[in-house]
Parts: sequence; C-alpha cells; structure tokens
Amino acid sequence: MAETTSPNIGPALPASPREMLPQELPTSQAEEQIAVATQWQLMWWRFRKHKLAMVGSVILILFYLVALSVDFLSYADPDASEAQRSLMAPQSIHWTDNGRLSPYVYGLTGKRDPKTFKRVYTIDPEVKIPVRFFAKGFEYKWLGFIPSDIHLIGVEGARADETLFILGTDVQGRDLWSRLMYGTQTSLFIGLASVALSLFLGVVLGGISGYYGGVIDTVIQRVIEILRSIPTIPLWLGLAAALPGSWSVQQVYFAITIIISLLGWTELARVVRGRFLSLRQEDFVMAARLAGCSQMRIIFRHMVPSFLSHIIAAMTLALPAMIISETSLSFLGLGLRPPAISWGVLLQDAQSIQALAISPWLLIPSIPVVVAVLAFNFVGDGLRDAADPYG
Amino acid sequence: MQSEQKPLLSVRNLKTYFFQDEGTVKAVDGATFDVYPGKTLGIVGESGCGKSVTAQSILRIVDQPGRIVDGEIVLRGADGNDVELTRLHPDSREMRDIRGTEIGLVFQEPMTSFSPVHTVGNQIVEAIRLHCGVNEREARIKAVETLRQVGIPKPERRIDEYAFELSGGLRQRAMIAVALSCNPRLLIADEPTTALDVTTQAQILDLLRQLQEQRGMAIMLITHNLGVIAEMADDVVVMYLGRVVEQGPVDAIFHSPQHPYTRALLRSIPSIESTPRVELPTISGSIPHPYNRPSGCPFYPRCPEFIPGTCDQAEPALRAVSEQQSVSCFLYQSQVSQGQGTKPSEGMA
Amino acid sequence: MIAYIIRRLILAILTIWAITVLSFVIIQLPPGDYVTSYIASMSASGIGVTEAEAQALRIQYGLDQPIYVQYLKWMGMIAQGRFGMAIEWGRPVMDVIGDRLTLTIVISVAAIVFTWALALPIGIYSAVRRYSIGDYIATLIGFIGLAIPGFMLALIVMYVGFKYFNASIGGLFSAEMADAPWNWAKFVDLLKHLPVVAIVLGIGGTAQMIRIMRSNLLDELRKPYVMTARARGLSEARVIMKYPVRVALNPFISTLGYLFPYVVSGSIIVSMVLSLPTVGPLLLKALIAQDLFLAGTIVLMLGVMTVVGTFISDLLLMWIDPRIRFEKQ
Repeated sequence: MAETTSPNIGPALPASPREMLPQELPTSQAEEQIAVATQWQLMWWRFRKHKLAMVGSVILILFYLVALSVDFLSYADPDASEAQRSLMAPQSIHWTDNGRLSPYVYGLTGKRDPKTFKRVYTIDPEVKIPVRFFAKGFEYKWLGFIPSDIHLIGVEGARADETLFILGTDVQGRDLWSRLMYGTQTSLFIGLASVALSLFLGVVLGGISGYYGGVIDTVIQRVIEILRSIPTIPLWLGLAAALPGSWSVQQVYFAITIIISLLGWTELARVVRGRFLSLRQEDFVMAARLAGCSQMRIIFRHMVPSFLSHIIAAMTLALPAMIISETSLSFLGLGLRPPAISWGVLLQDAQSIQALAISPWLLIPSIPVVVAVLAFNFVGDGLRDAADPYG
Repeated sequence: MQSEQKPLLSVRNLKTYFFQDEGTVKAVDGATFDVYPGKTLGIVGESGCGKSVTAQSILRIVDQPGRIVDGEIVLRGADGNDVELTRLHPDSREMRDIRGTEIGLVFQEPMTSFSPVHTVGNQIVEAIRLHCGVNEREARIKAVETLRQVGIPKPERRIDEYAFELSGGLRQRAMIAVALSCNPRLLIADEPTTALDVTTQAQILDLLRQLQEQRGMAIMLITHNLGVIAEMADDVVVMYLGRVVEQGPVDAIFHSPQHPYTRALLRSIPSIESTPRVELPTISGSIPHPYNRPSGCPFYPRCPEFIPGTCDQAEPALRAVSEQQSVSCFLYQSQVSQGQGTKPSEGMA
Repeated sequence: MIAYIIRRLILAILTIWAITVLSFVIIQLPPGDYVTSYIASMSASGIGVTEAEAQALRIQYGLDQPIYVQYLKWMGMIAQGRFGMAIEWGRPVMDVIGDRLTLTIVISVAAIVFTWALALPIGIYSAVRRYSIGDYIATLIGFIGLAIPGFMLALIVMYVGFKYFNASIGGLFSAEMADAPWNWAKFVDLLKHLPVVAIVLGIGGTAQMIRIMRSNLLDELRKPYVMTARARGLSEARVIMKYPVRVALNPFISTLGYLFPYVVSGSIIVSMVLSLPTVGPLLLKALIAQDLFLAGTIVLMLGVMTVVGTFISDLLLMWIDPRIRFEKQ
C-alpha cells in the first residue's frame, strides 16, 4: 500500500509541528530551518510565541535583578527604627520645583494626638527635601565584593532627620521601601533554595521510582499519595513551631527551606517518574542498552537530556507555591522571624484590620507577591507548552 | 453509467478550508462526485488527502477552525425534493434530522467512537428516540432489533454493556447499528475496517454488503485500502491533496487507470502475480506539507510524467476521458478538447 | 469493583496511620516534654509544682519510657477517645475543640461547593468557546485567583469591606449569636456569613479547577465519540453536555482528593485573618504556646477528616465512572 495509516480520524491536519514555526519565515525556508534546528531552538521558537510567558520572563528577570542589587535600590537601613517616625504614610515626590526638574519631598512634622494617642503627621511646606538619583548613602558591597555608596535614589540633605519614605514606614518607623527590597531578596531566594531541594528529592525518588519500577515504585508512589492527601499547612505549622526559639536567623532560614521542600517534592517526583516510565519504553533507550551502555550512562546521557525541559517547566510551576508557602508561614509568625525580612514577615504587620484601617500601605508587600507568582505561572505555562516541541 | 438514475447525493466543487494562525489548510479543494442510491462509492487516497473532511463536510460536522468556503452538497430527499446542505445551519433542526435519518456515519476507531461512560444501548436508544418519535421502551426494542440485525449475539444483554466490554469486531458492529438505527439512505463509512484485524475486516465488509442488499442504501466507503475498494465499490473516486484526480467505475479504475497518481497507487499494491524478490514500487517523494501546496497540479513534484511549464503553472480540471471515467491531468486535456468535443463533464461520474 | 474499594480503604488506613505518626512527631519534636510545659504554665499562673509531682506526672503520661512505647500509649489513649489535656485551657482537648472541627468541615465543604459551582460552568464555557473574549477573561481571572494567596485575599476583602462598605467582614456568627446554643436562628446566621468565607477560601481552588476542567474538556472535545454523537443528529448543546462534559467530569471529581486537603489547609490561615471559630486559630495558638496535645490532636483530626473526604471522593468517582467499576484485578 502506498501509505501508512494514521490512527487520526479527525480532520487530516498536520499534528502540529507547524506551531513552533517562526512566522516571519517563508514556508520552504522555515521548513529547512526546522529540519536542522536543535531541540532547544525549537523550544525557544515555541516559547517566544507565548506572549504572556515572554512578559513573565521579563518581570522575573527584573525581580532577580532587584534581589541582586537591594543595597543599591534601597536608601535606608531596613532595621533602623525610629519611634518618632512610626507609621508615616507614603510620601509623594514632587517632580518639578518652579518649572525646573528638581524632585523634592516636603518635610513632615509628627505630633501625638492627645485624644487618640496616634501620631499625626502634617506636611511642612517650608521644608523641601531634595531627592536625587544616584545619591550617596550608606556604604555597601555590591554582589558582596564591589564596594560602593551610590544608591538609586536618596536625599541630599545634610541633616539626619531629612529623609525620604516612598512607601511610608511601619510601626517601628522603619522605611518600608528599603524593607521591601530586602524582603524581595529573601523571599525569592528562599523560593529558589526550596525548589532546588525539592528538585533533588523529586529527581532522586521520582527517578528511582520510574526507572526501577516494581515494589520500590509502589512504595514511593504510596508515600507520595499519602503526603499529598494530608493538609500541608497544619503539618508545616507543626514542624515550624518545633524550631527552637533560640535559633539564629540563618538556622531558621535554612530549616524553613527544608520544611517547605519536604512537602513540596511530590509534584516534581510525579513528573520525573512519569517521564522515566514513558522513556523506558522508547527505542533509543533500548538501543543504548543493547549497545552496552552502563545504567548511569543511559540515565544521564540519554534519558535526562530528553526530559530536562519538562523538569525546568515543572520547577518553574513549583516556585510560586514555594513562595506562597514561605509567605504564609511567615505571615502566621511561624516562618522566618524578625529580624529576618521577607514578604511574609512584612505582611505580618498588616494582620489586623485595625492596623490596616490606619495604615493601608502596610499591604503594599502583597503586590510583589502576586506579581511574582503570576509571572512564574506564566513562564511555567509557556515552558510547559514549549517543552514538547515535537508534540 | 447510471444516467437513468438520479444521484442520491451530489457534491460539486466542495472546498473546506481550515483557517489557522500559521496559514490556511485546504483540506478539501474542489471535490466533485455523486453517490447513487443502492450503490457503493469508494473514496480512496493517502492519509491527509481530505477524505475524512469530505465526509464531515457532507454531515456538516467539520470542527473549528474548519469551514466550507465554497461548493454545493445536494441531497435528494425521500420525497424527491433536493436539499442543499451547505445552505443549512449546522445545528439547525433540519440538518440534525438529516444526520441519522438520512445519512449515517461509521468511524474507523470503534472504541473511541463510543462514549466511555455511556452504555452502547444508551447511545442507540438516544438516536432512535430523537428521530423516530417513539418512547423509551419502543426505542429499546428497536435498538435490540438493530443490534441483532448487525449480527451481535445476545443483543438484549449486550445493549447494557459499555463499549470497552465488547471485542473489536462487536464494537464496530455496534457502531454500525448506531448509524443504521434510523434507517438512513446513505451510510458514510470512514475507514470502517482499518482498526480491525484481517478476519474481522472481512466479516464487517460482508455485513455492510449484506445490509446494503437488505436496505437498498447507498454507501460512501472511505479508505486508503485499494483491496477493500476492489471488493466493495461500484464506483471509485481517487483523491489527492483535497482534489479529485480521477473517478470512474471500479473496473475502469483498476484496469485502465489514467492519472499518473492512480497508476502509481495501483503499482504499489503487492500482488500474487508480481515477480518475487523485486522491490515493490513506491511513489517517490512524500505528500507536500498542507501549508506548502505546490502551485499548479498538486501531484507534479512526485509525478513521473511531469510536463515542465504546464503542470506547475495551472491546475488541471476534471475532464471525461471516456464515457464513464474522468481524470484531472494535463496529459488528457488536449486530447479531450481536440477530440469528440465532449463538454467538460463536471456533472458526470 | 470490590478490589478497588479495598485498595482505596487500605490506602486510607495507611494514610491515617502516617498522620498519627506525624502528629506524634509534632507533639514530641519541641525540646522539653509535656510536663515541662505544664510546669511552666502552672508556675506562670503562680502555682508551684514540686519535683515529686512532676515525676508523678511523667510516669502518669509514660514520659519516662522509650519513644515507641509513648507512641503506643498515645494511640491507646486516642482509641479510648482520650486526647489529653489542653494545658493553656486546663480542660480536656476535646472540650476545647468543641464544635470548631464541625465548623471547619462546614466552611471547607461550602468552599468546595462554591469552587465547583463556579469552576464547572466557566471551565465548560472556556473550552467550548476557546480563544473567545470570555475565555481570555476567565483565564486571566483564573491566573489572578491562582496568584493571590488565601490570606491575602482575606485581608483585601476585609479592608475593602471596612473601608468602602463600613462592614466588618469576618467571623461566622454575629456577635450576639456567637455563644448562643444551636438553634434555627443561629443556623440562619451562619448561612449569612458563609458566602464571603466560601468565596475567600474557594477562589484559589476555583482558578485551578477552571484550568483543569478547560484542558480536560478540550481533550475530550477532540475525541471521535463527540463527532459520532453529532453525526447522530443531536443538538450541539446536548452533544457537549451529555458526552465530553460528562467524561471530563471524572478527572474533575477525582481532583477532590487533593482539593479537599488544599481547602482545609487554606482554612487555617483564612480563619486566622477573618477570625473564624474553626480549629485554625486554635491550632496556631496551641503551637505557639507549645500546647502539644491540643496541637497534635488538631493535626490528627484535620488529617483524618481529609482522608475521609478523599475516600468519599473515591467512592463518588467509582459510582460515576464505569471504567473504574469494571476494572478487573
């Protein structure tokens, strides 16, 4: 017979190898390009078509740039508290002064309301505090080794009380903008660390489960099923509460990472196992085995590269859950503890409606959480679609 | 030729395109043929030549983003009135009544053609109740009867089973029963035996022939299998890339194929008479990508008789080469136009 | 079919066992033991405990024995329905929990009902009208719902309610009903408070469910049985509702197994923010105060509740999907 039958019954369309075609290319040329393109090129072409994923990538890159240069972006010591400046509202920057571009903020004077005992701030139009870009401030080492004292913005007033609060201050009078920068660093990196640890557990256990099958597979699968059917937050809380109060910030940081990843590896293990199971049946694995490759070689030279893209996608989709976990735990006071700063720690100040009613700006740290989680989801979705460029 | 008889279904210049981001796929691009009452029309071609989309177009069940962009599909009603199917709304009452009561459909894959969570009986009874206006009990009796007719043993028990409980052959019989439950005058069978093993294939083909005799219905048999065509069809339509390249009675197609594509197809069938240990001829090249159709005759890049400057410039029209056979190829165009002055036989089959 | 039930039952029992171990670990993990915390809380309230008394308590609770004996003793206590004392409250654990567990179940179930009631039609619409404006809007809302953690949504809802509607959102009962005995009026009061809680708690799950329903249904819509149903002359609406939607419902229902733990988890945090009288705030308090029998019992109860919920969803799935019913083995 002149053909092989395809089991397709629907419209006789091409499966979809076209979908990853760069559109701008004329067809025949594009076809040639596809024929010689590597797997990663195909994935990139397909990923590029996913607009939300592209937007998400840009946002994530920005986020991590922020995380790498917190000292440059913040202008105040995040831990410097000052009772005189408790709960100041965000200041608005005035961009022009008498028609000239010369940003400034007005000075504020605080008084305690004798009736409510709240501090009330009034704008003092006499005092204009100039705001400058690339201003000098406290000294720091960029990326840990390049000494500098340049900050993105700052005030150029000589007097110590002439400062700036773009996002206002918290109860203890600490600058929210600078704290948010440091919190971003912590939260993003704790997410990465947890995912890395989950990945390790997931790949090892999922890999063993999928590669060997049999009894080991059954046992690991049951464990995963059991872990997935237990509500995680009570468990997290229980484990986190057991951390000794005397531990240092670093120790808690490390322990929280472990706790989050202990319960987060199951999804990654599921993906890895699924891939291993389907790859085991593939002809090229059989061929490698017949050619006398060692098991390690088969796994790392033949199997892992062919599902690496799926793992990356699954990791990206797991990250937002890790970030939300950390935020939730810290929000409840059982995750990172002050003086550590993270998005969750910052949001702890916004826990009660009383606090929110007076100082709604304390809710600002929720914005980066939502944006980062959205961006990770978009990118993860795009990666997942692109991970199967032949599908 | 059945010139004394009017066709049951006439398809004229049917074009069904799929509009996608990446481009337009011309799945069916100007198909023309007729189906006569009580006869079997075989439609043959490689995967992706538009056979299945043609069937879906006739039933008006082409999936998004597909659309019929041009052409006519005329169904001769039982009362003698013609209905132009392309003018009906796909989800209109009239079109829905035609599906099932006038035209039945059998698919290649009987397993996935049944809902996995409904019993076989449920799906037959549903069709009967919808079209025959009978109550649940009567519909069930009729369903059991239909299952018996298609040769399913113990139909009163099988009716309450799920498709996955039946064997492949029984499943396909049940599928035929669903299609025939409201006595359609035309049965479209889209690769009805492809997914079955060889002995079961023969049984299903026998069944179809037997049912055709009993009911006098027409069958439109879509297949890539020339053996099935030889066994079943009265007339044959050969399709390539959405176009009809040749059509005629089954004997003419098999014994004097005219189009280079038909000839190549026939050469590629292994035969008991062919010389042993000689490689079976294949058609060189592969089907062009649907976004990347060649200009001119779609077959020219693979054609052994390609005429440069002609075949790659214009599309040949379907012209009669004999009283019953027509071909769409430039090899015969001059001969026809110079010859006996036969007018272009769009209406002939 | 019976094999399926037995397999699920064994898994449920195994899970419950794992939960007892984890709860016990939580009770054991912090430094010091129950008696240490007890002594601390006693002396905080001005009552001194002598060393002899402490030793007696230790023996009473078996704290001087190896860890597995303690575990078995604890299990034995639980089997008799004794869950120990809640130190901070000075009352038996079950007294303190009271109807908070029931209320946790009530809000979790309400959240799941809300989730399904919203996700099902939106998911169907999104799949059937793929790439329509409505689909894009649903997808966008789904993504945002996914990105806002429950507690944050609770905060925002509370703030908006306070600021713009001058209503205090939170709690499950009006102030005058909170301590009233159960009667019809209290029940109605609960129903009035339930929707906001269900929405806050359910919206994250809704987003996921919409995506699951949409992609399942898209897969099913491509299958040949949809086309054969159309070829039978059914109306488009009936084709879709009777066949692909019905089939896509199975994986949708099977997600209950993990939706339920997810919602119960969420309820802990949301209850904190909205000050709901569920076990959530109690658990948090107990953990912070190291009131270990109380905390361990709550974790255990929540776990068992989830397992029962999952088991019910398994039975539901079996009832709805003939392929599972007829599964051999």
